[in-house]
Order: sequence, then structure tokens, then C-alpha cells
Amino acid sequence: MTQSDILLAEAPGPAVPPARRRRRRPLAAIPYVIIGIYVLAAAIGPVLIDYDPVATEVTERLLPPGSATESGTAWLGTDAVGRDVLAQVVYGARTSFIIGIAVVTLCGLIGVALGAIAGYSGGLSDAVVSRTIDILMAFPGILLAIVIAGLLERGMHVVIIALSVGGWVGFARLSRSITMSTRERDWVDAARIMGVSKSATLTRHIVPFLAGSVVALATIELASAVLSEAALSFLGLGLPPDIVSWGQAIAGGREHLGTAWWITVFPGTALTILVICIGLVGDRLTRRFTRKRD
Amino acid sequence: MTDQYSSTAAAPAAGDAAPAPGAPLLRVEDLEVVLPSGATPGVVIDKVSFVVDAGRTTGLIGESGSGKTMSAMSIVGLLPPEAETAGRVTWRSEDLLTAAAHRLRQVRGREIGVIFQDPLAALNPIQTIGRQIGEILRRGGMSRRQVRARVLELLDRVGIPDPDDRIDVYPHEMSGGMRQRVMIAMALAGEPQLIIADEPTTALDVTTQARILRLLADLREQEHMAMLLVSHDLRVMAHVADDVVVMYAGRVAERGPAREVLEHPRHPYTRALANNVPAVSTKSAIAEPLQGAPANPFDRPTGCAFHPRCPMARDRCRIEVPVLREVERGRFSACHYATELAS
Repeated sequence: MTQSDILLAEAPGPAVPPARRRRRRPLAAIPYVIIGIYVLAAAIGPVLIDYDPVATEVTERLLPPGSATESGTAWLGTDAVGRDVLAQVVYGARTSFIIGIAVVTLCGLIGVALGAIAGYSGGLSDAVVSRTIDILMAFPGILLAIVIAGLLERGMHVVIIALSVGGWVGFARLSRSITMSTRERDWVDAARIMGVSKSATLTRHIVPFLAGSVVALATIELASAVLSEAALSFLGLGLPPDIVSWGQAIAGGREHLGTAWWITVFPGTALTILVICIGLVGDRLTRRFTRKRD
Repeated sequence: MTDQYSSTAAAPAAGDAAPAPGAPLLRVEDLEVVLPSGATPGVVIDKVSFVVDAGRTTGLIGESGSGKTMSAMSIVGLLPPEAETAGRVTWRSEDLLTAAAHRLRQVRGREIGVIFQDPLAALNPIQTIGRQIGEILRRGGMSRRQVRARVLELLDRVGIPDPDDRIDVYPHEMSGGMRQRVMIAMALAGEPQLIIADEPTTALDVTTQARILRLLADLREQEHMAMLLVSHDLRVMAHVADDVVVMYAGRVAERGPAREVLEHPRHPYTRALANNVPAVSTKSAIAEPLQGAPANPFDRPTGCAFHPRCPMARDRCRIEVPVLREVERGRFSACHYATELAS
């Protein structure tokens, strides 16, 4: 929750146009380009590469990168049951994005709604939301996810639910505090005085001011959701075997780390680079939306 | 425009009675606002009574912290959530202090409009002005096209040139005077019978002030509205107000027709205020500034709140709180020695 703490520091002001004096820094574009490549791979890769996660080819086990196989060249090698590692990386990217985006969307919607209502209404609803947040924050999020994923049937939706249960807390805390400060602004009073209803005031005069900070937090939460999904899959929880995941691929290569390093290293590198890039983008957005107004 | 009711008597059945012809549009009776700050609750508004008559401008005047804004805002229920109120705010024939939330929402905007002091702060920075002015109209069930036509009409009404170009502009793209005109258009959108203007010209420069004041006066006349004008500026009051209510430390010091009150004050505080306005034309030296600081409503002096600063304070003023009484037809003063001031 440390990232959301940074975001809590300063509520956003009225829409400040982006600074024109910003210098051109070509290096700054790198994380965006890399994330773009991942998105592209996740979107069109499975169309180009044919892969069946439950088909095994005993004769093509543990082939090093670049080996020729029956169906072509295994550029990143094959794993212990003869499946193509490149295909696992590409299909795994798709799984990571689907789960990550679903988790962040769900958490964002729940968190913003609860946080905004709690911050605007105060009183009982604020107390209920705040205490729930306190309780959830007392557990490590991944522990909660492990328990839930372990108890339920395997499936993608189970992973999404398991990761969302604790994930909305950051959004709720952020939204609550920004709402509480925005509520005191004069235009909110003006809207009330115009006889605008409570819900319309909240959605039209307060929630739009959450957007910047929520997007910044969503980016950071996306990185952590991708990482958590991989962790769950590594532990063999949540996703069924017919859904390819980086976590499963890494776990599958663990026994052959000494001899067939490529099984673990390629999915692991893919995961690491993606999480680092999303984190960099998130940090930049956070800085931008929490920057002090002059 | 004198009313028969005397604030000291606090007519018990006034709230239930149907409004007699010529009855005031708004009648505030013994309004009390208590803010529980720390250990001792502060009675920031203490038994304030005044009336706003239809078709007239009533001015609420006083120094900062005298409770003028809070008195005005308590009419529409815009008070800090922890504030406790007592007394009656009778709008035509119903008490707004005890009105249900949905009824209050109908009154707000539709029957009573509010103009805020700082238009930049009171306009949502991420919505176009057209959208904000039209908000109350859309709520009233108008179609998108009707709303736009009406908003254009309102913009024209408040003297914004080229309404067609300005309707889709954001508040930060306008000047202070134009923003205040937008605020006025917002208040007019609901076609209210009463407009509460809280320091409508304080954030503006002097020439713009004059234009906005003239606009307000014209609109009030043409739309047959009443206006409750809150200001600390005596010159503004002298120009615009028909009646004034002078407030000091959360109490009414004096009220009556504006010209009479400002020219022949019946309360030493009003006299001090009036003397403090340098007449631009005569180049007279600035008169004796008022000694001491304004009384704090959380720690109000005993007796008459004004006595520590009053040039004619006597022992009685230290002990006995003066009640607001009619000292002359239509003139009310809360000074023990109001009659002495008449001579």
C-alpha cells in the first residue's frame, strides 16, 4: 500500500494543462514502447503461433533454443514435456493482461465507488468502509488470494476474484481522501445550492477529480496484479492447466534449472521486464498527478 | 415596507399562518447557529431576525466574522455539518430550517438562487460554463436543445458578449467579471424569487464591481426578484440596498431602510462604519477608525457585544444585552441609548 500512500499526499487541483516546457527525453518513451510490444504480442501473437497447452511431444523434450522441431523452429527451446517456450511466453502475456486488467478494473470500480461514497457521506457509511479497509489491510494481500484461490474451483474468474478481494483497498483509500478534500470546494456547495441531488453532485462534481490519481494507482496495481497472478500460478493455485501462464511455466522449469535454463529464464524475463516497465509508467503518472500546484 | 412584527416579541404562530398580502417573502426570526468547537460551543449567530420583502434588496452588512454570510447561508441550509440551528426561517409560509431534504432541494436553485463570492472557486473547473448553467434546467426535464437555447438566452441576459462562442468555454478561460456573470446566470437559471448574493463583487476590480452591481440591480427589477445582498462594503450597500441589516458579532445591531440607517445611524456601530467610508468627492480626511478588533462570536463580551469599542459605552452596556427594538417607524436598533443618537 506504499504507492497509494504517496498518492494520498496531495489531492489533485483543477485540471492543470500539461506543462509545455517539458523537455524531450527519448529514453522516457522506452517503457511505453516495451509495454506496447507486450500488448501487441498478447493481442496478435496467439493468432500467429499455434499452440496447444495440453498437447505434449515426448520426442521434443528439453530442446535448447533454436532447435528444429516437427512444426518448425523452437526459437526459445522446449520444456520438459516438449511444449514450445516461445508460445508459452506469448500466450502467457495474454493471460497476464486479461487477468491484470480485469483485476484492476474490478478493484477500481469497487474501490472508487466505496471510497467516494464514504468520503462524501461520512458518518456510518464512512465508518463501515474505513473499518473494512483496516481489516483487509491487516492481511497480506497475497495470503488472502492464496486462501481464496485454494478454496474455490480452479478457473480464471477465481484468480480475478481472489486478487480483487484485497486489491480495491488502495483505490478506496485514495478516492476517499480526495473526495473528502474536493467535497469542501465551493463548486460542490454551489451544486448543492442549485438543488443538484447528492448522487449527481458526487458523480459530476467530485468523481471526475479522482481520475488522474486513480489512473496512476491503477497502473501500479496492474503491475502488482500481474505479479500476484504469476505467484499464484507458480504455486499451482487458481489457473487450470489448460490456461498458459508465466507462473506455471516458471514453476515447470524449476526442476531443470541446471540443465534447461531456458524454460524458466524466458518467461521469468518476460514477467520481470513487463512489471518493471508498468512500474516506471506508474511512477511517472504518480509524480505527475501528485505534483504540487504553483 | 414596514412590517408589524417586532423581533423582540417573536410571534409564536407566525410560522403556521398563511402569508398575508404584503407579507415579507422571507422572514428570519431568532435565528441561532451554534458551532460546537472544542469545549465551549460558540453561538456564532445569536437571535438574528430580519425580513426580505418581495421586490426589494436587503443588505446584510458587517465586518468579517460578524456572521453575515452564515446568516445568509443558513437560509439555504449551507452550514458546516456540525452546526446546530434554532429559530425560524420562514420562506413564504414554510420553515426552511425544519423542511425535509427533498423540499429544501426544490427550494434551492428553483426558488432561492445563490451567487457566491469567488466565482472561480464556485465554478467547476472541468465543466464548460454552458453545462453548469444548464444543470438546473436539465434537472427540470428540459431537452438538450431547449437547455442550450435557454442558456444562450441567460448568457445574453447577464451581458456576456457572443454567447454562442462562450457557452462551451471553461471557467479558467474567462475573466473575473465574466465568471461572476456566469455565476449570476447560474443563479437566474432556476428563475428564483429570491437571490442571495454573498459578497458578489468582492473578488472583482472596482469598475467591474460597478457593472456587476448595476446588472444585479437591473435584473432584480426586471425579473421582480428580491435580493439578499451580503457585503462588508458600505458604498455597495448605499448604491444597491433598499433595506440594510447591520450585524455585529453574530447579532443584529440595527436594521431599517438603507438610506436612513446609513445617514442617520441609531447604533454607534453603524455610525462608526458610516464615518469610516471616505467620501471620494469631498476628499475629506479619513475619520476616526474604529478602535479595537471585532468581537469574536466564540468569546463575546458581556452585555452589549460592541461595548469595548463603543465611544458612548456606559455601565449598563457591560451588563445588559440590548434587545433589538423599534426606535422609530421601520427602524430597529439594539442600543440602549438609540434615542440619544437621534438628536
